[in-house]
Amino acid sequence: MNNRVALTGNEAVAQAMKQINPDVVAAYPITPQTEIVQFFSNFVNNGQVDTEFVAVESEHSAMSAAVGAASAGARTMTATSSQGLALMFEVVYIASAMRLPIVFPVANRALSGPINIHCDHSDAMGLTNSGVIQLFSENAQEAYDNMIQAVRIAEHPDVLLPVMVNLDGFITSHALDILEVLDDETVKNFVGIYNPEEFLLDVKNPISMGNLDMYDFYFEHRRQQVAAMEAAKKVIEDVGKEFEKVSGRPYGLIETYKLDDADMAVVLLNSAAGSAKGVVDELRAKGMKVGVLKPRAFRPFPFEEISTALKGVKAVAVLDRAETFSTLGGPMFADVRAALYDLKNDIKVINYVYGLGGRDLRLEDVEQVFNELDEIVKSGKTDKVVNYLGLRE
Amino acid sequence: MATLKQLSKVPERLAGGHRLCAGCGHGISTRMILNAAEDDNVVVGCATGCLEVATTIYPYTAWNCSFIHNAFENAGATLSGVEAAYRSLKKQGKLKDDFKFVAFGGDGGTYDIGLQSLSGAMERGHNMVYVCLDNGAYMNTGIQRSSATPMGADTTTSPAGKVVPGKQQPRKDLTAIMAAHNIPYAAQASISNWQDVHKKAKKAFDVEGPAFINMLSPCPRGWRYNTPDIVELCKIAVETRFWPIYEVEDGKWILNHKPKKYVPIEEFLKPQGRFRHLFTPGNEHMIKRIQKEIDDRWLALLERCGEPQELPPR
Repeated sequence: MNNRVALTGNEAVAQAMKQINPDVVAAYPITPQTEIVQFFSNFVNNGQVDTEFVAVESEHSAMSAAVGAASAGARTMTATSSQGLALMFEVVYIASAMRLPIVFPVANRALSGPINIHCDHSDAMGLTNSGVIQLFSENAQEAYDNMIQAVRIAEHPDVLLPVMVNLDGFITSHALDILEVLDDETVKNFVGIYNPEEFLLDVKNPISMGNLDMYDFYFEHRRQQVAAMEAAKKVIEDVGKEFEKVSGRPYGLIETYKLDDADMAVVLLNSAAGSAKGVVDELRAKGMKVGVLKPRAFRPFPFEEISTALKGVKAVAVLDRAETFSTLGGPMFADVRAALYDLKNDIKVINYVYGLGGRDLRLEDVEQVFNELDEIVKSGKTDKVVNYLGLRE
Repeated sequence: MATLKQLSKVPERLAGGHRLCAGCGHGISTRMILNAAEDDNVVVGCATGCLEVATTIYPYTAWNCSFIHNAFENAGATLSGVEAAYRSLKKQGKLKDDFKFVAFGGDGGTYDIGLQSLSGAMERGHNMVYVCLDNGAYMNTGIQRSSATPMGADTTTSPAGKVVPGKQQPRKDLTAIMAAHNIPYAAQASISNWQDVHKKAKKAFDVEGPAFINMLSPCPRGWRYNTPDIVELCKIAVETRFWPIYEVEDGKWILNHKPKKYVPIEEFLKPQGRFRHLFTPGNEHMIKRIQKEIDDRWLALLERCGEPQELPPR
């Protein structure tokens, strides 16, 4: 039985966590993730979950305790945002290298400085090289669905990597949204029972974890993480198909919107994709052949799926809600451009950095991007590769 | 208390063949502490440092029990996660076996970079023991000063220079800081008093809730002493009151050993190369400062322990 309910993104994530009923959650509050921790603490103290909640004194300790709990054989979660993710940076790499299937939502927020509490993706983009799987969510529904699927992806024997579930801070985390939640039994059956192969509390098979790994093994272990990331692509798709069977909602590595016959496309993550879809509908009504590509997985990066989806378009704008300071645009721009390189065609690819520190992405901004792409298609010329959208200059 | 013969039959969790230096306090302290866990299942946590790098060089391990190392500053949080997992799995009936939990960290990983993580773990009341192996400097990275480095010591970041004769600050009183967390058990111990170590480790494992033990753990490279003299040096540390041995049980401070006579701090300083410069003319004031610091702390400790506040007879 499916239920339509009105929940904020944070409530939806907390609801998913409640239904998953992890063994351990170790977390520290930070805006805009705070409510997840609050809601979940209530579930714990009202006996609605079996979870041991570890109210740690920092995010560094949140991920450290999560590493300990997951190593001990517990299904483990944490949650954070922005500075919290930056503080746990060190331990995220370790969690991945120790192959621990820790699932953690991140309500995306700008990184200091200057201090800012609103949405952008600089927090998540700081961990793209850490060896964690990164899923992105357009709205509360996707955040909820991604959380449930993340458990299966993380714990899959071919993967065994942490999974970060991103949702836009405030825009998704705090806005009330209509979504369908699954019943408890369906979620319980979907995530199944966690049976780790090796864990600290196995009295018959004691194990040393986190050993010193020198030049004779470190490289091979890093390569194994890459292999797990490669394997994760199929697992993400398989779990998505299985999830569709219980929810009716399909999930893959990317989502395309009106892209099949499009001449122009925008590529963007999370909630902005919803705005872009609305603009596409309006422009299509005016006869413009436009579409949207929304990567759901950013790590592993779906190179093949993206280049296949975009091979028919003439011009693409990649919209990044984060800066790299490379002076060649945002992080996704570099990856999308690399994905298109081997097509050896003449697709024009430009970049827009937008929405830093919670600056709104207005519908007019997206329309401006498509008009710019239209100019590029007509003239065959690209004036500026890297652009800033909605910025006072 | 069990006899030495009985204790010798407890299975070793830390096997021989590890790569700690000869004459290092870490191996001795660790084995003494783990010996008190007797036949219980134990998970060992470890901060980055000498004990960790010398015992778990992949694909080898010197640990016969389960062991986890995460990073430098998070042994407290990491083991608290293990303990939380244990409680969760036990509560849900997913795990039958009983376990005890003990973390080891050096003074760098405990007094300094790991203090917050340890404080959090103690405050939350996890049923775990944390043992600091205090060798008074960042020995693993090559003898840099820590907040546990004794005043006057020559380290690579507090060198005995022409103008500044070694470390100028007194040691942080970590054991007192841990006791101030109102945990059920906190103690300071020395391998020179092995029965005392055993009793303390046993109490630490047996109490319900967090326990902390600070072990003096000499480092032959950093302290520059004659390696076979390690236990003798620890004994002098206790007798000079550089390292008083005491415990705080449910808030009650108990002094475990009162030196019978006043042994001047020079007796502890002289055998160690890290203090050699203090005996060159012009540095007498440093030894006076060190002695005053030790006497003042001793009197404060006596007061906490409800003992008459007087220095040992000269």
